[in-house]
Amino acid sequence: MTHPVSPLIIGVLGFQGDIEEHLLSTESAFKKASIKGHTLRVRERADLSKIHALIIPGGESTVIGGMLLGRSMVKELSDRLMDGLPTMGTCAGLIFLAKRVYDRVVGDMNQPSLGVLDVLVERNAFGRQRQSFQAEFDIPRYGLSGFNGTFIRSPVIKEVGPHVDVLAKLGDDVIAVQQGNILATAFHPELSMSSIFHEELIKMASSLNQ
Amino acid sequence: MISLAGQANMQKGRRGSDRGGNQKIFGTALLKRGFAHMQKHGVIMDVTDLKQAHIAEDAGAVAVMVLDKLPYDVRQAGGVARTAGLNIIDEILEAVTIPVMAKCRIGHTVEASVLQEIGVDMIDESEVLTPADEDRHIWKWDFTTPFVDGARDLGEALRRIEEGASMIRTKGEPGTGNVAEAVKHIRVIDNDVARIRVFYEREDFQEMERLAHGLNVSLELLQETAKLGRLPVVNFAAGGITTPADAALMLNLGCDGIFVGSGIFKSDDPLERARSIVLSTTFHDRPEVVVEAQKMIDEGKSMLGLDTSNLVLRMQDRGKV
Repeated sequence: MTHPVSPLIIGVLGFQGDIEEHLLSTESAFKKASIKGHTLRVRERADLSKIHALIIPGGESTVIGGMLLGRSMVKELSDRLMDGLPTMGTCAGLIFLAKRVYDRVVGDMNQPSLGVLDVLVERNAFGRQRQSFQAEFDIPRYGLSGFNGTFIRSPVIKEVGPHVDVLAKLGDDVIAVQQGNILATAFHPELSMSSIFHEELIKMASSLNQ
Repeated sequence: MISLAGQANMQKGRRGSDRGGNQKIFGTALLKRGFAHMQKHGVIMDVTDLKQAHIAEDAGAVAVMVLDKLPYDVRQAGGVARTAGLNIIDEILEAVTIPVMAKCRIGHTVEASVLQEIGVDMIDESEVLTPADEDRHIWKWDFTTPFVDGARDLGEALRRIEEGASMIRTKGEPGTGNVAEAVKHIRVIDNDVARIRVFYEREDFQEMERLAHGLNVSLELLQETAKLGRLPVVNFAAGGITTPADAALMLNLGCDGIFVGSGIFKSDDPLERARSIVLSTTFHDRPEVVVEAQKMIDEGKSMLGLDTSNLVLRMQDRGKV
């Protein structure tokens, strides 16, 4: 794998979901972190070799996975992830990164997955849209208390592997983790006023790009 | 962040706590509009039974819309069209992992409550069904479940948003296999937004106020729309989309995604058609992929469709107040 050269390019997997919200959050994170860079909507295999970090947005994980499979991008993306590409998955993105996934209602799923994040994820863990909610929690690593999270038909992390750091919990449920260069959240940081997660991703990508 | 303009004062959400004692707020405008944002760039497919719902999910639908009859069959059958049977909706809720939506009649608050109660993810207050109230729509702020409503112009769209709609779709002319009316409606909304934007940029608030008054919407919501240069909620195309090229056309015109009603399950190649429409929706701006999608279907298998100029039943005229 050849490493792309500067300037920093942060990709957002651009098949389906709230792609624009992530592009905007990334733009504002560039400003806040005082780091120069661009964003790219990733839809082709060729795009994968151009980026220094990738965001997998919220949306429907079955749709995003099916498209990644249909466009023959799974192997290329897995290789880059194994290679340490800084990556963030939110909601559907978390599901897509997880090693093991089941659905609260239909049980085992045979949907395509990247299986790089050592966690067990329950899909639609809180129920349907009617049970979607906002709640406040602390993120000690970022020195934040009372972070307002938006959980939309959200998954939950039920088990974490030995090399996974828990960043945030809501009661007993794990809702944000980091494993090496991979960040994943059950909620939608791109719908919040804070771009802290995007800044963390950019900083990771920037330090690797030097 | 997403726009939260046009909220009624009462929309503060419903407070509650889970078994672990965590404080939660349900049904806020952010949660309802946020749900619609997660559907973007996707295809929502009309289905009438479990078999169709599975085909839709396998083909890459972002959600399914359950109804008793496809719009084409509603036209053929005549009579009163009501919300779908709850047994069928329940069956589909238990079997698919993607969101499940269902239609209720315009103004029929109880049909909507029933749909919310059984747990559908979004309610479509739809002109495809026979309206239950000729003068008013449902006051959607009262619900935790988000709503999508149809619109043909900016006034209709903004009035629905002020009633609490979290998503707008063009009305088009459902069940015709003819995309012309949907194209017209998206163009009208676009032109209306461009027009108010001119007055907004000139800071001509007298004219903005006059326009808001004429459309029967608040000045605040009209200004936010002008500032954004688009509707403040997610806007999908619907009505007559039949081929991958139709889907790409609607996205190229600026829609955030599409609904396909009769176009898939009234064709003779539903699975391939559904897949091809999903592909061209994602790659609408890449002609070479739209070609690939268009090659997946056989035009001989498209639904025949109807000319919209001399229809007896014009569904789009329903619920324009």
